[in-house]
Amino acid sequence: MQQKYIGKAISRVDGPAKVTGTAKYAAEYNVPDLHYGYVVNSTIANGEIEKINLTKAAMVDGVVKIYTHENRPSTAWLSLNYADMDAPPGKPFVPMHNNKVVYNGQPIAMVVAKSFEVARYAASLITVEYKADKSDTDLVANLQNARDPKKGLASFLKPPPPKPKGNAAKAYEAAPLKAGGSFYHGVEHHNPMEPFATTVVYEDKDKLKIYDKTQGSVNTQMYVANVFGLKFKDVRVLSPFVGGAFGSGLRPQYQLFLSVMAALDMQCNVRLTLNRHQMFTFGHRPATLQNTFYGADADGKLQSIQHESVAETSTYEDYTEIVVNWANMIYPSPNVNLQYKLAPLNMASPMDMRAPGGATGMHPVEITIDELAHQAGMDPVEFRLLNYTDEDETTGKPYSSKELKECFKQAAEKFGWAKRNPQPRSMRRGHKLVGWGMATGIWEAMQVPTRAEAILTADGKLTVRSATADFGTGTYTVMAQIAADAMGMSLDNVTFELGDSDMPFAPISGGSFTAASCGTAVQAACLGLKKKLLKKAQSTNAEYKSVNLDDIAFVDGQLQPTNSAVKPIAYTDLAAASKNKQIASKNMGWPQMMKQRKYTRAAHSAIFAEVEVDEDFGVVKVTRLVSAIAAGKILNPKTARSQILGGMVWGISKALREESVMDHRIGRFMNTNLGEYHTPVNADIHQLDVIFVEEDDQIVNDLGIKGIGEIGLVGVPPAIANAIFHATGKRVRNLPIKLNDLM
Amino acid sequence: MKSEPQVINNEHDKLPAALAPELDIVLRVNGHDRTITVRPWVTLLDALRGRLDLTGTKKGCDHGQCGACTVLVNGKRINSCLTLAVMQTGNDITTIEGIAQDGMHPMQQAFIDHDAFQCGYCTPGQICSAIGMLNEGHAHTRGDVQELMSGNLCRCGAYTNIVDAIMEVKEAQGNE
Repeated sequence: MQQKYIGKAISRVDGPAKVTGTAKYAAEYNVPDLHYGYVVNSTIANGEIEKINLTKAAMVDGVVKIYTHENRPSTAWLSLNYADMDAPPGKPFVPMHNNKVVYNGQPIAMVVAKSFEVARYAASLITVEYKADKSDTDLVANLQNARDPKKGLASFLKPPPPKPKGNAAKAYEAAPLKAGGSFYHGVEHHNPMEPFATTVVYEDKDKLKIYDKTQGSVNTQMYVANVFGLKFKDVRVLSPFVGGAFGSGLRPQYQLFLSVMAALDMQCNVRLTLNRHQMFTFGHRPATLQNTFYGADADGKLQSIQHESVAETSTYEDYTEIVVNWANMIYPSPNVNLQYKLAPLNMASPMDMRAPGGATGMHPVEITIDELAHQAGMDPVEFRLLNYTDEDETTGKPYSSKELKECFKQAAEKFGWAKRNPQPRSMRRGHKLVGWGMATGIWEAMQVPTRAEAILTADGKLTVRSATADFGTGTYTVMAQIAADAMGMSLDNVTFELGDSDMPFAPISGGSFTAASCGTAVQAACLGLKKKLLKKAQSTNAEYKSVNLDDIAFVDGQLQPTNSAVKPIAYTDLAAASKNKQIASKNMGWPQMMKQRKYTRAAHSAIFAEVEVDEDFGVVKVTRLVSAIAAGKILNPKTARSQILGGMVWGISKALREESVMDHRIGRFMNTNLGEYHTPVNADIHQLDVIFVEEDDQIVNDLGIKGIGEIGLVGVPPAIANAIFHATGKRVRNLPIKLNDLM
Repeated sequence: MKSEPQVINNEHDKLPAALAPELDIVLRVNGHDRTITVRPWVTLLDALRGRLDLTGTKKGCDHGQCGACTVLVNGKRINSCLTLAVMQTGNDITTIEGIAQDGMHPMQQAFIDHDAFQCGYCTPGQICSAIGMLNEGHAHTRGDVQELMSGNLCRCGAYTNIVDAIMEVKEAQGNE
């Protein structure tokens, strides 16, 4: 296949819609006779609702109905019906199911009114009487409750840690070089810029069109159909534009349930939007406490890896992540002990948030390695090269490709690492201490079965579609590129459509697996289309009877047989001669399991960071970051670079800014707004350099795609923490790193 | 245990006050006079999005903390969530839908060229804010632009590309 567009820095095809304001998000479909919902949230974390006083709210002019657990229509009985594609083992939360309160901020009532303002005002008049029980929300104070996670369907994609190897404790004791410590990070919330919203269009009895903020239109469709007992074909979910998600859209949020419930009950169109405070009342990155104990021999070779983690989960689901598996995937060691436990708390279930588990687990790994390198008196890059492997020791499988060495080399060169004075506190700029640190990142390259359809019309246009999502990830653009190259057509004539449950099946979009999964599906659909084009050519043109698919080049919108005696035929002629003046093919893109299973497949990165630390005030400025990424084929360096830049900004945020702070006395987050939940602003972000290292991988999939959504973040926080150590001599293990840690 | 009511209301036992009456107001938006019927508590943001179907202006926080709702009023950038529609009669309001004379405004094109967005949700606010900022005339350096654009959050992390886009437009304006 000729690659005219794949690998080219093409501007986002959805760019014009986004810069002109015509791209419509879930809360922006102003359908007629729209009713507006507004949610009331619980103010206790554990207990029962004794009474909800609705009298005053009901008296407000314009209020149509108020729902609570006492009057809401019944929905599916079985817990299984509430399980979405990303549901962890346990019983999913069901809004307003009964009078029990299981977390602070839980939705307990919803006002539906004829205007947004009336609904909001009426909701403010509702008062609630509770019987509050003791609530436990502090992970560190509840470690005694830590236990093994329950297993379930999710364990396939998130396997538990491998069994211990050798005797890690003994080897640690005997090791001349030892490092490690205790690492804690608190809760983080995704906070996409677009709040969660659903607009439900009531089309007919039991027939809905739903505009939802989701990372998977089919996931929403399945959930609504199962919960409300509707037929799949009567539930159409649309999400052509999603204003950021970062994992928060992998599960249906409660505004979906409540708005659909009201629309079906009231038989009208309903919109429910969450406010920013309510964006802190569902899933989040779980607070996690980790301990590492690493030992190395006198030469710096790792002899023992011990990494244990306790993460928070809710009382009703066992949300898990891969936190402790990473160390032995990238660093060989004869003795390994990895432990992962959960402590249930009176909080909402955590959920996947950008690089779930990876960003969490690699932080201690890369800081502990930095400590060992420092003790060994070795350069951190050299130390990593000494402990380098081309085999994943947790499975005993080789990597399908791993250009990490090249990442180290190119990033170090760009950064000017050779000029580093290894001594902490040795570099200064005026009254600011300067530190240079580095770290490694890894994220598994996954692929899941996905379907796509390719439709060629007589006007020479190709439309390819799949029910996948683009929440800033570039899916619209890269899929169009893949399709244009697959069919040998101009990109101008190719459109990729997504975000509609009526389109061919796609699972939720996350885990960095969409480009590989949907890209494979697009290729499969285009191959199917080529076969149909040939078949049509054979039926209309005798010359083609003996021509095989392999003997034709599909270029410039034509079938061009290698045998020059056979005349080329334009796609448009074949489409024009077909029923409805179009030829279409719908196909499944399957992972090449037989090839893949013999290898561990992962993207890697090397991150180099420069920080300035104000010696008096402890203020940290990340002046430079260089990130070199080896992630197989980069489909579009322009959109891919943006993904990595975004990951780097998230890394700075995770290292120095963001944390949802809990008042454990009442089990409620205190900083539930964008002024107090700190994320970087423009002035916080300085020089960011991205390098894509060439990596050819024939095993992951035909196109060699590994995925880049997560890898940009992993490794950035430890690189910054290591740079802060180099600047100040202070080893800060908790996140985020605060001023007072450095004063 | 009786918990605190969700909203502290001093007139707790009284009936809710009657709602203020709806008013017909004229807003001049993108060069056109538009008559809408709103209660005084409707923000400019909600009036634009809900009443005028100008959904290009985004609601990210409704608190003046994120900048997604930035529009231009008489050429100055403001957070449309922090002002009421009834306060904006007689003013010239420009939203993302109205910033281009014809085709695309150079700032819009620069945002596309520099890939200065991902999900696109903060983008109309960023673009209106950038145009308003250049109108203010205080941005001389890249650092100034970063500082003066810090009222517009971008969770996707497109900040460096946003500054690149703005600097390109700024330099082109300077050369005119």
